[in-house]
Amino acid sequence: MKRFLFSLVFFAVLIALWEGAFRAKIWSPVLLPAPIQVMQYLENAVTDGTLFHATVITMRRLLVGYFVGILGGLPLGFLTARAKIFHDTIGTLALGLQTLPSVCWVPLALLWFGQSEAAMLFVVVMGTLWSVVIATDTGVRNVPPIYRRAALTMGSRRLHMWFKVILPAALPFIVSGMKQGWAFAWRSLMAAEIFVTILTGFGLGQLLHYGRELSAMDQVIGIMFVIVVIGLLADKIFFSPIERFLHRRWGTSQA
Amino acid sequence: MLRHKTGSVTEELAVIPPSKLLIQSVSKSFRGTAGDVLALDRVSLSVAEGEFVCLVGVSGCGKSTLLNIIAGLEKPDNGTVLADGKPVTGPGRERLVMFQESALFPWLDVLDNVLFGLKLKPNLTRKDRYDVAKYYLELVGLTRFEHANIHELSGGMKQRVALARALAPNPRVLLMDEPFAALDALTREQLYGDLQQIWKARRKTIVFVTHNVREAACLGDRVLLFSPHPGTIQEEFAVDLPRPRDINSVDLAGYASRITRALKNFSGSELAAAE
Repeated sequence: MKRFLFSLVFFAVLIALWEGAFRAKIWSPVLLPAPIQVMQYLENAVTDGTLFHATVITMRRLLVGYFVGILGGLPLGFLTARAKIFHDTIGTLALGLQTLPSVCWVPLALLWFGQSEAAMLFVVVMGTLWSVVIATDTGVRNVPPIYRRAALTMGSRRLHMWFKVILPAALPFIVSGMKQGWAFAWRSLMAAEIFVTILTGFGLGQLLHYGRELSAMDQVIGIMFVIVVIGLLADKIFFSPIERFLHRRWGTSQA
Repeated sequence: MLRHKTGSVTEELAVIPPSKLLIQSVSKSFRGTAGDVLALDRVSLSVAEGEFVCLVGVSGCGKSTLLNIIAGLEKPDNGTVLADGKPVTGPGRERLVMFQESALFPWLDVLDNVLFGLKLKPNLTRKDRYDVAKYYLELVGLTRFEHANIHELSGGMKQRVALARALAPNPRVLLMDEPFAALDALTREQLYGDLQQIWKARRKTIVFVTHNVREAACLGDRVLLFSPHPGTIQEEFAVDLPRPRDINSVDLAGYASRITRALKNFSGSELAAAE
């Protein structure tokens, strides 16, 4: 409760400073709108449905690409961990491409797929895939051999071994890879939405882009706020509980 | 301690005849940085049904390698292992292993660890598996901890769970690779008592690897001394003491000192030869 109060006070002070800067007229009100204007924009965007609509479209793109990336990344990571030939080929490729900021996929996606949903999907998948491949590879390599041996004697083989022993044993690594993949995918999708103007749906990035075009700073800041909140919620609702569970089971300290 | 059960649980918990093991001229070498190391050199050994045999030797003498070969986790370069007359070609739930570190799965709680091997056994209902797992948890005295996470257990408790997990699929042979080496003396003594009691109740053929001579004399019907480079069985001692045995008894100390002397004898000549 005390901690909650502290963070409440912190953010109240932050908004007060913003309001103060607005009132002092240090910058033009076009560049720095008042907090209340941003609130009003958000309220309008909520009531006329644009915000909800854009969020749904963005989340759909993100989730589809993210799950495609995970579904592709897990088996690829298993392969690179188990076979030298895949490690030297796909593993090296993954390591290289993971260092590439995922935004850098946007120009290529635009040329290959044009202004289309496919371009968006491609960018998100590239953001997710390589992180998951590398994390899965590391995770599988770090499974103590004794788990495999114990499971072998109890009759575990092939698929059972993969799903009931290797996968859960590698889970702490895989989850951190998924978290990194999520962050990369989220960033690259925003970049893609800002660059790619398509008629199949207006996402949050596009709202941000048109905010700039119209010099509507209340919209720009409002959408940025929404993007931050979505990122926070993903962490608190999805990743934190999983990590808490892992820490509790494995007995690792909660960092 | 065996409560009355009905149907397939009774069958599952029935005391089944233990295996006879026949190890025939088994050799195994490993590639090392300084050339090939002969870990086992034509080792032959027979273990009777329900016998408790301890393999004793210094570190690196090949005793764990032999255990892994009996388990089917490693293949010998030469020779065969027969369990009840059938050659061992790979790991199987007839011969379960208990390792030095518990090798328990940290992503499962205590009960699920014990259930792991049972879930791989066909023809058991969900309820049967739970009943069997709970029976073994009771046997090792950990009923209260069935939903504990592995990291919450002490070293001794972990090895009890590992024992329950190894016993649960009702193997004919139990292979134990220095299972108590990492525990403190007090916990160990308690486990010696428990293991003897459980062995009496469940009738398994046990091959037990250790470097602790006293431990071997306390648990084994026979104690086999291994010498390293190359790994061979040097000497054999039959321990003819009534059970349950107390690790601190005087008779046991007599056996232990004789075995230790023999061990020093040939390790000494081994050291001299190396000079």
